[in-house]
Amino acid sequence: MKELELYCIMCPASCTLRVIVKDREIQVYGNQCPRGVEYAKQEVLEPRRHVMSVVRVKNGDMPTVSVVTRSPVPKDCIWRIMEQLAKIELEAPVEIGDVVIRDICGTDIIATRRVKRIELL
Amino acid sequence: MNVLKIVVIGSGVVGASIARVLSRYQGLEVIVLEREPDVGWGVSKANTSIIHPGHEEDPDQHPLRAKLCVRGNMLWRQWVRELSILSTWPGELMLYTNTAEEKEARKYLEYAKRNSVPGVRILDKNEVQAVEPAVNPGVEGALYAPTAGLISPFEAVPAIIENAVDNGVKLLVETEVRNIRISSGRVLGVETNKGFIQADIVVNAAGLHADTISHMAGVEPEFKITPRKGEYILFDETVESKPRIILHTTPTPKTKGVYAITTVHGNLMIGPTAEDMPYEFKEDTSTSREGIEYIYREAARILKNPPPKNRVIRVFAGVRPEPPGGHWLIKAYSDPWGFVNVAGIRSPGLTAAPAIAEYVLDLIRETYDVKLVEKQKWNPYRRDITRIKNKRLDEIDELVKSNPNYGEIICYCKMVSKAEVLEAIERIKKIGARVTVDGVKFRVYTGFGKCQGSFCRWRVANIISMELGIPLQEVVVKHSPYGIGDVKKLWREKVSVQ
Amino acid sequence: MEGKGECAVKTLYYDTVVIGGGPAGIAAAIKTREKGLKTLLIENRDVLGGIPLQCIHPGFGIHYYKQDLTGTEFITRLLDKLVESKTEYLTKTYVHSIEYIDYNDKVVNVISPSGVLEVHAETIIYATGARERHIFEIGVYGDRVDGVYTAGEAQTLMDIFGVLPGREVVVIGSGDVGLIMARRFALEGARVKAVVEILPYPGGLMRNVVQCLRDYDIPLLLGHTVVKIIGKKRVEKVIVAKVDENLKIIPGTEFEIPCDTVIVSAGLRPNIDLLEKIGVVIDPATGGPVVNEYLETSKPGIFVAGNALVINDLVDYAVEQGERAAEGAHKFVENNGLPSEKWIRVVKGRNIRLIVPHYISGKREVVLYARVSQPEKNVYIEIPEVNYRVFSYGVRPSEMIRIKLKPEHFKKMSSDDKITIQVTPRQ
Repeated sequence: MKELELYCIMCPASCTLRVIVKDREIQVYGNQCPRGVEYAKQEVLEPRRHVMSVVRVKNGDMPTVSVVTRSPVPKDCIWRIMEQLAKIELEAPVEIGDVVIRDICGTDIIATRRVKRIELL
Repeated sequence: MNVLKIVVIGSGVVGASIARVLSRYQGLEVIVLEREPDVGWGVSKANTSIIHPGHEEDPDQHPLRAKLCVRGNMLWRQWVRELSILSTWPGELMLYTNTAEEKEARKYLEYAKRNSVPGVRILDKNEVQAVEPAVNPGVEGALYAPTAGLISPFEAVPAIIENAVDNGVKLLVETEVRNIRISSGRVLGVETNKGFIQADIVVNAAGLHADTISHMAGVEPEFKITPRKGEYILFDETVESKPRIILHTTPTPKTKGVYAITTVHGNLMIGPTAEDMPYEFKEDTSTSREGIEYIYREAARILKNPPPKNRVIRVFAGVRPEPPGGHWLIKAYSDPWGFVNVAGIRSPGLTAAPAIAEYVLDLIRETYDVKLVEKQKWNPYRRDITRIKNKRLDEIDELVKSNPNYGEIICYCKMVSKAEVLEAIERIKKIGARVTVDGVKFRVYTGFGKCQGSFCRWRVANIISMELGIPLQEVVVKHSPYGIGDVKKLWREKVSVQ
Repeated sequence: MEGKGECAVKTLYYDTVVIGGGPAGIAAAIKTREKGLKTLLIENRDVLGGIPLQCIHPGFGIHYYKQDLTGTEFITRLLDKLVESKTEYLTKTYVHSIEYIDYNDKVVNVISPSGVLEVHAETIIYATGARERHIFEIGVYGDRVDGVYTAGEAQTLMDIFGVLPGREVVVIGSGDVGLIMARRFALEGARVKAVVEILPYPGGLMRNVVQCLRDYDIPLLLGHTVVKIIGKKRVEKVIVAKVDENLKIIPGTEFEIPCDTVIVSAGLRPNIDLLEKIGVVIDPATGGPVVNEYLETSKPGIFVAGNALVINDLVDYAVEQGERAAEGAHKFVENNGLPSEKWIRVVKGRNIRLIVPHYISGKREVVLYARVSQPEKNVYIEIPEVNYRVFSYGVRPSEMIRIKLKPEHFKKMSSDDKITIQVTPRQ
């Protein structure tokens, strides 16, 4: 039996979780919502994270578009994603939810900022 | 008519004043050299900003200082009007708290008489409280000197240079003097990082580095300038019990005492410390915990209600040049012919600057037998940047109607509009200095307020980026760029290494 | 107030003016519109949205939208709703001053590129957010060189303009924005040498300590302070030292960290200059105004919400406050003022550093926000007067406590003039 103290990262409430790992069973205490249980189990088995960055965008009303992983990726995938993002430049317009990189580390990278196209005179 | 070429090394208040005074005459070609990206960034920028009356100068020890301080105080009244330099003339109180200090203060009353400083007198305890309720009630009395004034030194220097440039002076920034070229006992010019600049006369107004320049010319080998550091604390405009009159403790042999003033911008400022630094520390404008705590202790002696520490908006330090014996070295040499030292200009240098400039002009005229003929069209005036702060709403409305950029506020704390930022950029370009975020700040106060630029620095940098047509990351803050590159720079470096 | 001179400027009339176009202000504007008030929303910048525009990380909207969005996604959704509501708004519009004329008439003087406007309103919702504490407020000395940025400024540069401030970074203070920026620097290939925190516990949320620092092996130096910044033209290094329990530097513990960039993340302060000028009562604990449950300040009809009220951890709380203030403004306009009330004071009990609101009526549902003074484990969060008690494994100053009290809580109150929020250890 193993007892761990984790801080839930699912939302800023940052619940302090007491996690008891017994054989294959994981018991979670201290969570204020069911997502805490989900997080603790995932964290014990295979920690996953969101990756966020910005990518340059041409002819937009903003100089960059922000991006994030659609779902959290295994921690050791983070650097592969960042390396791929460094190679990209987008063209406005970009809408929230547009896929920036498809199928990487089991998810997509999607745009999280709306960038309108500015027509150059 | 032959053109006489004069190079002035240094665009501090002394160099700038000399350039302005020289710009009045025909047949002179005046070039000001500045090592920094902009003018007035050395000794002139960070000091107590007081125009001294001249009663603190010992007429026996320092007759030149005494004479030029009193004259400078008078000239500044004219210069601030001609050049629209922000100033106030509140007078000053030298406060004493015991008989030893009183005795010292009374000494300056005698100096005042001998130096012909007007209006100086002793006030007793009650009179002090009556004229200045912000004074600590523990103060026993004060020496009052009504001619003391305050200016904004970091605005004064650009103002003087703008006017000088308007009258034909040329400014070269980021130009560092490496050597003075001399042949057969005559100055030929200066060697700089940007190449050789020919000159008939070289005026050394290089502030803290004037000793090095003097040695380059082969004169005054023993002359050495010691850096003396002064730290200051600047408080928010809204602190209570700001003094109306300039207040300071009775001087010690090292300093004029610690001052508490309400700056021309309305902030309470206290300081300075006076720390003699090793010779190599001429660039050291760092602040220290000890220095700031010392100022707090001294301020508590002066003020009835020293403000709490959480009202501090900035601490800073300036370095002053201290010459041997405190003696200014102002001299025109015949060997090498054409070299002029205006070196070791310690306090009251800011006050005396216009008078020093006149004095240097006389030296040049007499030593080098220069016939000076005034220009027919010399413009003594310079208009200040149009600002919206402290204007009535209907006046602001009218300005906005004339130019919508007055209606776009960039700095929230100090209420500075985009039009003002643009005007600052234009003026920097016009004098030939480099446009920097700090240069804009010292002209229009963007980032001078409570938030110290966390809201507006990127906005100002963005405007500069657009005006100069360079990427945001290449905009210079003070000395270095705002960013090291675009956000993917380091990844590209990594990938290309692999 | 200075005179406005001979020629009058353009005058407008509204039921409510919302100052500040961030999440709290936008939410307030939408709500007042929904309730039928004639509303004007005013924003300084050229775009609405405020700080979430530069927050590219998730953690936004978990309560409000029941979805984990990035700041950018969250604010776009809220802005779309604002546009739908057809609320009038002005951007690039700066509030010059506020005048409290009388109970029903307030004036907001604004400067905009189209001229000066005198905007009259019965109510004002003040939602101007916060400002960051800067390097001079936190006792860091040394050279004043380039390469020092506040965390928010660095965030603007990186995540809006795509500019990288530096390559070797030390973060002073462990506020949330600093933690988030530490991760952003690390992700973009910079080296974050340390996050230096003077207190013995982190200033930001534990979730950010975990996913922003631990994930990237960034050292968190608790109980340390940056004594000095050293550099010639740009930052070259910082001197760090340990502090004792009184936060005084322990001599002999100094060491150097070479770096080219210093990020200051020393917390936020409510931006309340204009309210201070008209004499609104300020709570030194929150740094924001003292308010009742409608989030009305000591000046009747002037409401406050979001970080201008109290520094929030969650955008959801700021939005919630915006809506609460909007309800207050609506009630004020509808009833020609808020009803006279025997207010119940909300009192800070054991290990409570701040609370908002300061007064409640005890008649309607109310949300209380509080922060503790010290971290503590295994505690009850209690309000004994209304028999409220919740267990927590851990409370920390960085994590806001949110308590919703319903009318039934007040049915059997043991006091009629105060309630006390307190934290007590579990026996």
